[in-house]
Amino acid sequence: MKDSMYGRFGGQFVPETLMPALTELEDAYKLYKDDPRFLKELGNYMKEFGGRRTPLYYAANLSKKYGIRIYLKREDLVHGGAHKLNNTLGQALLARYMGKERIIAETGAGQHGTATAMAAANMGFKAEVYMGAKDVMRQHMNVYRMELMGCEVHAVRSGSMTLKDAINEALRDWVTNVQNTHYLIGSVVGPHPYPMIVRDFQSVIGKEVREQILEKEGRLPDSIVACAGGGSNAMGIFHPFIKDENVMLYPVEAGGEELKNTDREALHSSSLCIGEEGILQGAHTLILQDRYGQILESSSVSAGLDYSGVGPELAHLADIGRITPCNVSDHEALEAFYELSRMEGIIPALESSHAVAYVMKTAETGKLGDLVVINLSGRGDKDLETVFRLRESKEGEETKTVEDKKEPDNKINDKEVCL
Amino acid sequence: MRIAEKFAELKRRKDKALIAYVCAGDPSVEATKEIVHALVKGGADIVELGLPFSDPVADGPTIQEASTRALKAGMNPDLYFEMAASIHENVPLICMTYYNLIYKRGTEKFARDCASSGITGIIVPDLPSEESGELHEACKRNGVDLIFLVTPVTSDLRIKSILGMASGFLYIVSRLGVTGQRTDVAGSTKDILNRIDSRVPKAVGFGISNKEQAAEVIHAGSDAVIVGSAFVSIIASGDNVNSRIERLAHEIKQSCIN
Ligand SMILES: Cc1ncc(COP(=O)(O)O)c(C=O)c1O
Repeated sequence: MKDSMYGRFGGQFVPETLMPALTELEDAYKLYKDDPRFLKELGNYMKEFGGRRTPLYYAANLSKKYGIRIYLKREDLVHGGAHKLNNTLGQALLARYMGKERIIAETGAGQHGTATAMAAANMGFKAEVYMGAKDVMRQHMNVYRMELMGCEVHAVRSGSMTLKDAINEALRDWVTNVQNTHYLIGSVVGPHPYPMIVRDFQSVIGKEVREQILEKEGRLPDSIVACAGGGSNAMGIFHPFIKDENVMLYPVEAGGEELKNTDREALHSSSLCIGEEGILQGAHTLILQDRYGQILESSSVSAGLDYSGVGPELAHLADIGRITPCNVSDHEALEAFYELSRMEGIIPALESSHAVAYVMKTAETGKLGDLVVINLSGRGDKDLETVFRLRESKEGEETKTVEDKKEPDNKINDKEVCL
Repeated sequence: MRIAEKFAELKRRKDKALIAYVCAGDPSVEATKEIVHALVKGGADIVELGLPFSDPVADGPTIQEASTRALKAGMNPDLYFEMAASIHENVPLICMTYYNLIYKRGTEKFARDCASSGITGIIVPDLPSEESGELHEACKRNGVDLIFLVTPVTSDLRIKSILGMASGFLYIVSRLGVTGQRTDVAGSTKDILNRIDSRVPKAVGFGISNKEQAAEVIHAGSDAVIVGSAFVSIIASGDNVNSRIERLAHEIKQSCIN
């Protein structure tokens, strides 16, 4: 098996222009990843700037209601409000060791863009972030945050105007400016070595969980549940447990409206659950595509999960049965968003709400065991507007009577928002 | 027609080649057939027919938009091969597309469909040599050339290994970046042409849009120029397309004639 592969997944399907840059990145990563000076500096950033280590919080109220012991790994408390900073600090520091001057990134929900802007501002890089025009609309607070930190945000109007198109545009920028620029990819996707590097930087989550759960419970959890868009928070928490066969690992994908594809789009973002093998943005992985191999636009209430592919290592782990892909619908995720807010006083990101929803939905069946860790990958402040608009439109629909069946004006319909 | 035959024919005349790119099905199958005819009439020696992909990462805005138009108009791989089979021009046809469309159809079937519809070369901008093994074998079995790209940042070592696999011609990317028209092509091109000692012809592309640039590239030692976005822009304008395409092809071809 080649270094760049996870089973038959992974690889480097990129333009020739990028091949030297990928080699340079891999060489630099191998050189510094165990270098005490690099590790010390990174550890310091993670602790003093990022606020690590994050708590592993025993959710007493949830646990009582669902009759199992539920812990939340509080990545929502990382500086910036999501796990994304773990990776951006690592890669930005690596870029500095490599002597790069400029950093580019893609972003979906704007969380990775924000975390990139934070790391870049702090470490003195010029940063530019590509963001789908549709996401710029639904996550505009994050656009302001990025701009405040001196980062330039480009709205991408090609394709579906979401994360996938932002990655395309970032790749085009990188092909053009590869000599002075580091492409700081935000998830465990793209060509090798990115899936490996991002996983390693995010593995701090799982390493901490391991220590913390042993401290608190004296044993490993029965299952770990994490939402999966590209899959970085999932791989980050899963990776240190891969060899512990008794720990069940559940990546929860966005089931969207319905687990169905039309000719042009998927009504969900569940590539691990019902995707097919293909090549997207540098990697052989599971993707949403039509019968000819054209990429289908994905859909989800949460911008951060709205992606037509998934990291190749997750595709491999699903293939060999080590992880159990599952999904919850937009509706279930929203219910979990409300319930966690009310019951624990923690407002989760809509992405993370998917993981919470899966536990709420399946705790009773017993299949998760008695001790569950949920990766609470981010906080929900960025999503308040989306949630309120959805609630208004729902209430609007309910107060409308049968005489009026036309589309409610304030319905937050992606197609309306985007243009 | 195989690419090597065309280059042999040109060599006898001491001419260099004009390779023209257009996106199949932009704006319709019928239009593409007429455009190909106009290109050949104007002097194009080889025609690259883009098979449009939803996510063309190596392309700039001009070809991205062409791909979108073609996909909206219903272009797909089945139609593409049908269309190719119905083109009877005396030039080699080359398929340029992204790897997922090939992977999904199956590398063997894709190569076979190329061969049986008269396409004698394939260019895949997101398939570096490391990942090309399976398609390369399929191409060899079906008598189709898999064309590799090299760029100004490709090391001598990589160039050597790529040359070991190259057939048809070597696609030299004039400078870093995506496809699209540019003003500065000459500098880095000369440098890379000098570095390459190739047994297959060298063709320079990405950014060449007029006869002056073509002349510079030919003068720098290239065996061919590849022109794409300049033709695609004419198609996008919708204005007098066939005659303007023919005229531009003719103009640029003049720079390739001894
Ligand atoms: C809070 C949060 N969780 C999860 C994700 C999904 O990304 P990944 O699957 O890489 O963890 C995002 C992406 O923006 C996010 O902001």
